This record gives sequence, C-alpha cells and structure tokens, in this order.
Amino acid sequence: MLKRLVTARETILLGAIVMLLALIATRFPGFVAPGNLASVFNDTSPLILLALGQMIVILTKCIDLSVAANLALTGMVVAMLNVAYPGVPVPVILVIAVTLGTIMGLFNGLLVWKLEIPPIVVTLGTMTIYRGIIFLISEGKWVNSHEMSDPFKAFPRAEVLGLPVLSWVAILAVVVIYLLMTRTTLGRAFYAVGGNPHAAVYAGINVGRTQFWAYTIAGALAGITGYLWVSRYAVAYVDIAGGFELTVVAACVIGGVSIAGGIGSVIGALLGAVFLGVINNALPVINVSPFWQLAISGGAIIIAVALNARANRTKGRVILKRAEQAA
Amino acid sequence: MLMKSEKSTEAAAVTASTPILALDGITKTFPGVKALSEVSLSLFPGQVTALVGENGAGKSTVVKILTGIYQPTEGHIIVDGEATRFSTAQAAADAGITAIHQETVLFDELSVAENIFLGHAPRGRFGLMDWPEMVRKSRAILDEIGAEIDPSHKLRDLGIANKHLVAIARALSIDARVVIMDEPTAALSHKEIQELYELVEQLKTQGKAILFISHKFDEIFRIADNYTVFRDGQFVGEGRIAEVDNDALVKMMVGREVDNIFPTRTASPGETVLEVDGYEHPTEFADISFSLKKGEILGFYGLVGAGRSEFMQSLFGITKPAGGMVKIDGTAVSIHSPADAVGHGIVYVPEDRGKQGAITPMPIFQNITLPSLARTSRKGFIRLAEEFQLARSFTERLDLRAASLDTPVESLSGGNQQKVVIAKWLATQPKVIILDEPTKGIDIGSKAAVHEFMTELAAQGLAVIMVSSEIPEVLGMSDRIIVMREGRIVAEVDGDDMTPETLVRHAAGIATEAMEG
Repeated sequence: MLKRLVTARETILLGAIVMLLALIATRFPGFVAPGNLASVFNDTSPLILLALGQMIVILTKCIDLSVAANLALTGMVVAMLNVAYPGVPVPVILVIAVTLGTIMGLFNGLLVWKLEIPPIVVTLGTMTIYRGIIFLISEGKWVNSHEMSDPFKAFPRAEVLGLPVLSWVAILAVVVIYLLMTRTTLGRAFYAVGGNPHAAVYAGINVGRTQFWAYTIAGALAGITGYLWVSRYAVAYVDIAGGFELTVVAACVIGGVSIAGGIGSVIGALLGAVFLGVINNALPVINVSPFWQLAISGGAIIIAVALNARANRTKGRVILKRAEQAA
Repeated sequence: MLMKSEKSTEAAAVTASTPILALDGITKTFPGVKALSEVSLSLFPGQVTALVGENGAGKSTVVKILTGIYQPTEGHIIVDGEATRFSTAQAAADAGITAIHQETVLFDELSVAENIFLGHAPRGRFGLMDWPEMVRKSRAILDEIGAEIDPSHKLRDLGIANKHLVAIARALSIDARVVIMDEPTAALSHKEIQELYELVEQLKTQGKAILFISHKFDEIFRIADNYTVFRDGQFVGEGRIAEVDNDALVKMMVGREVDNIFPTRTASPGETVLEVDGYEHPTEFADISFSLKKGEILGFYGLVGAGRSEFMQSLFGITKPAGGMVKIDGTAVSIHSPADAVGHGIVYVPEDRGKQGAITPMPIFQNITLPSLARTSRKGFIRLAEEFQLARSFTERLDLRAASLDTPVESLSGGNQQKVVIAKWLATQPKVIILDEPTKGIDIGSKAAVHEFMTELAAQGLAVIMVSSEIPEVLGMSDRIIVMREGRIVAEVDGDDMTPETLVRHAAGIATEAMEG
C-alpha cells in the first residue's frame, strides 16, 4: 500500500521540493531553518485543506470552483456571528463553520447528482451565488480585527507541541482523508467512479451519489478553512480568497491528480500544495518580483501536466509489446 | 448465374496481373516489436478480397499502412504497378484509398452532405462553399447507392446502417478506387447486412477493389472473391474463395485443426434459481416471463434491437421496469440498483468491452474486490488483509500472472486484464451470471476460451444467461433458447427443436406456414 502511494510521481515532486529548498538555502540559509519551515507549512495549511477536498472531487471526474467562495461565505458568517454574539465559544463556531461548509458542498453535490448538470457549470454558478450572499449579508462591509473577540482570533495561532492549531488541523485532515481514501469503501468508490464510471455502475456503485459525497467532503473542508482563514488574518470581506480556487486546482494538478479522474493520492495533493507554498513564501524572500512568482507557479503546473501526459504516452507502447509476446 | 461466374472469371484473368493496389514484403516494426513480417496483399479491381486472421494477426496494422497512418519499415506499397509511399493519410486518400470502419468515424453534428464532402467540398465564386451544389451532388450519390437519406439531415439523427451508407457515399464522392471495410456488419441487423451486400456488389460492378475484414465466415463466403490469411503478423496464404472451405480457412488462421469448436458438456440442471414473471417496460419490452435452473445455460437469441440487452439491464437494476416480479430461490426480491442485483447474486457482464472492462488505473486486487467490498468491510472500513486474500484466491484459481497484485491493471497484457474482469465477477459469488454477447468481435482462439469458461461456470452450479446474436454459438452452448422479437418473447425452444431454421424463423417473425409453403 505504502509502496503504491509513493509512486514515481510523488517521489519526483518531493525531490523537486527538496531541490527548491536547497537552491533557496544557497542564497538565504535562514529559509530552511526548522522554525521557518514550520511557518511556511502553517502558511500553506489552508491550501492543503482545500486541496484535499478538491483532490477527491477531481478524482470523481468533477471539479469544484466554489471552494474559495464557500470559504469566504463561511468566514463572513462566523465573523459576523462573533461580532453579534462575542460570547459564543470557539468549539460552537467550529461546528457552525463545518456545518455551513458541508451544506454548501452538499448543495453542489445534489445539483451534480440529481439534476446531472455538468460540474463546472454547477460550481461556477454556486461560486457566484455564495459570493453574492456574502455581499447581501454584509452589505459589502468589512469585519475588522478590532470587532472580533480575542478567543475567536487566538484559536488558529494557539501553539500545541510547538505548532499552531492551524497546522495541526491540516495534519489531522491529511491523516483522516488518507484513511478515508485507502481504508474505506467510499474512498475506493471515489477512485472507481473516476477511473471508469461505466464499469463502476456495473460493480454496483452509484456514480452520482459518490460524486455527491466528494462535494460534501470538499465543502466541509472549505467550511472549517473559512473560519481558520478569517480568524488568522483577522478580517472578513466579500473578496477574501478571491481566485484561490484556481490555486487549489493547481496544487492538485502539480500533485499528480489527473484532471480526467481516477488517479491521485493524498500525499500527491499534500506535496502539490507544499510545493506552491514553498514557492510563494521563498520567492519574495530572495527578491523575485511578483510577476515572476506567478510565472514560476504557472511553469510548475505546465511541467506537471506535461509529465502526466508523457506517462500516458508510454502507456500506449505496452500494447505493442504484448503483440510481440503473442507472436 | 453461370454466365455471370464465367464473366467474372474472365475479368479476373485479365486483371489478375495488375492489382490496383498491392503490398509487397511489408514489414512493420515498433520499438522492440515486429507487428508485420514480410506480408503481401493484392487488391484487384471489381473484386472483394477478404482479409482473415485472429485478433493480433496484424489486420489493423495493414489497414493503417494502407491508409497512410503508419509507414512500413520495409517493403513497398504498389499502386498501379508503381512503388509509392504514403507519407500521410492525405497521400493515401489522394491515391483513391478509403476506409469504412466498424464504428464510423464521421461527424455527428454536421449534416450528411457536409460529412460526404468534408475536405473536398465544391467551391463557388471567391472560393466560398457552394452549398446547393453540395446538397445536389450528395443526393445524386445517395440515390446511386439506393440510400433514402436526406442530405441536409444531421448525421446524429441516423442509425448505424445509414451512417455506413454515408461513409460509403463519401468514399464514392472522392472517387475511391480501393474501399477498405473493417468489420462493417458488426453493428448491423440482418436486413441491413443484406443491403450492405447489395451495395458491395454494386461497388464491384463499378470496378472498385474492396478489402473486406470480418470475423464472420458466413459473410466471407457470401461476399468475397479472394481471401488472404494472416497469422501472427505473417502471411499464411491466399487464393480464390471458391477453392477453399470453412475448415481449411480456420486451419490456416489458427495453424491447427479445430475439430470441436464448442466444448461438450453434460447438463444436469438443478433446482430453479431465477424466476421472472410479467416483466415489462413502457417502451422497450413487455411480458417477459421465464425461469432458470442451477447449472443451466439459457440462450437469448434475437436480432439486434429485439430488446434483449434492454431487458437484461433492467433485470440488473440499471433501468426501472414498469412492472413484473423477480424471484430468487423462490423468494420475491426487489432490485432497484445494480448493487441490489449483485447483493441478490445476479451479475451482468455487458456487451461493451471497452466500458465494462477493468478500472485500469486501479491495482489488480482492488479491481477484483470492487463489487464484493461489502463482504470484506465492516461499517464502511475495508479489512485489507481479508480483501487481499479474496483477490488472491481468485487470481490463483485463474492462473493470473503478475509481479504483484498491487500493480495497476493497465500494466497487464490484454489476456490478463480479461482474467481480472472474470475474477471480479466470480468473487461476488453470483447465483446468476448474465453474459451479453460474450464473444462479440473476438478471435476464434479467445472464443473457445470463453466457451470453456462458461461450461465450467455451469458445471459449478451457476445459472448462466447468454445473450448472443450468433446462431452457432447460441445452438452450441445453450441448454434452452429463448427467442425475442420486438421486445417480446416469441419462442422458447429446447432439445431437437433447437435448429438454425427455428431460431431465424422466430426471430424474423416468419410464420411456419410461409416457410414450408
């Protein structure tokens, strides 16, 4: 099992991250100090959380463009709740955030499952709807740091065993999703539905329901990230995490998740997110202009996709070797 | 009749020395593989040459070389006596070579006329498309081949047979001299096949050379003038079709005598497993009632479109029936989804090989256990050790060789992939297995293996339903045969009544009196 998860693609990506760190270290040794690496990881945690959910959705041949809007709406709701009722304890806030995110994911899933609307259309629509709702409930106003209660803001920064809670939430999510994907029948169904939906139907798997669950899980992760994001940056407004859904998809693609479905792993999505996190944190430090940061991220995506495409091409040649054995 | 055959023999004598198109000593190697080894093939004007060989004999490679998609490693393509090269597909088309594939490669969203003239549309002033001219010319060609198709209709609205006609019209429009037909009848009904034969005759009289690729011997003997046999990428033999018989051709193909095509079996059906009563659907089928015993192979015969697959899919829970009852082991069950069907011990292996096949990026063991996961999991959590053991027991039973059960199925050879699919269904421990066209489009050697396997299943006490459109197969394998026509069961035959004539008569709806009279 472990052997399969650390397939060549994940190993190459890990190698790329190590090389990247080594390269940065030659110019800025402080970057690779354990303390700084931990802070890079903490900074990447929201991306990791969303990439895990997106990975499951993409595995089932779907896509979720509404994750960032879900995050922003959940964040706004809990921020306004905190302003209105500062006494509501953080665990209750967490439950509300997860519930809200789950409902939004569930709504996406229902539209894809029951109405059979193409996933990209559904989530493009709900993305706009969720952003619109933020505007409606907030009337376009910001919720600022001084309006939020101290416990509300302190939760993601609280340190447990040397790491902030935000990082621990990401680590916990990685472990839970890893177990879900490798040890449960639902996890297996995600792979089957994406790998060959027709064969999955005949094997007794309900394709639509499986996709519904993928969206629901992605929504739950987006919900919890919504609270963590708003409390960590101590601000909520209509456009937070605007365009972040594309970064999330990019993390998955770099991590070797096939956009055609059926191929991908938790480790891959994690490494894809970490790779983008390292680039985004390191480039400003070594004085690379923001334009080049974008270009380098974009280049990484294209290289990752090209590697995937090459892997598919070599697959074609195997058939001919078989022809020789038959001869 | 005599006149005609004399005439064609004479024509053959004149033209035999000058084939329109010939392959001479063609070798095609891919990295590390020799797909074709010094093969030759000659196509003569006004004659049909059947290319015969098992799957993997190199037929499709030859088609790709003839149509310019592959270039030969060695050897020559000779057009009108001169050696040439087709460096592109366009070069082959310019030389007048066109291919009609089993699944037509045309454009669904374009009109019939556009499909016919795509790439060589008549041009008017300023080089713009001359639409009226295109429609007019299309109509003329379609009339010529006796096709009643409106050139302005979109292709998607046509059935498979009419799409073939459009492909043939396209071949005529580019003034093709060589027409390659790659299993053209695979998806056609009996009547449509007859119409295709007439069309082939017509193309012959126009002096076109036809390369006809088929697995069906009856149609090869019906339509071909010459044959060429390949085996394992090598040329085995060629000659006049009138000078060989079935057995000789099979022997050349497989390189051995095939004395008994169907395995002998001693059927001893046990108690009734499956009872279906009054199953119906608003548009697809009605009044389906039958029963099935343990260890029995029940054949479902009928023409394509008789509603057999539709009924089976409904029985398996994919489509909702309007009414009817299903009993398993005497107990009424309700099946609303494939999962229900698998749970009640019914599995369905669909016709579409590409779709029903394995989930290729998944490891072998996960493919095998996919429909049986409920048995190796508790509350949604998979017990990996149990799962692995289940998979292993079936790979050992089927002698599936792989480095590890953890490797993805896509890294296996075709034969082993097939074993994975079989293991997948056996692992569900089914009571009833439905095989829809289990041998469609596969070579004789593989067919025998599938038949052997079915026999084994029945011997183990499984009840087998086999949907097949091939009469020899239905007769050779079934204990009992149900014939369907237009969505209804029209006959149930067994014992001495199981003859080709009975099946054809019932399937085609020809009354007994009419046959005898």
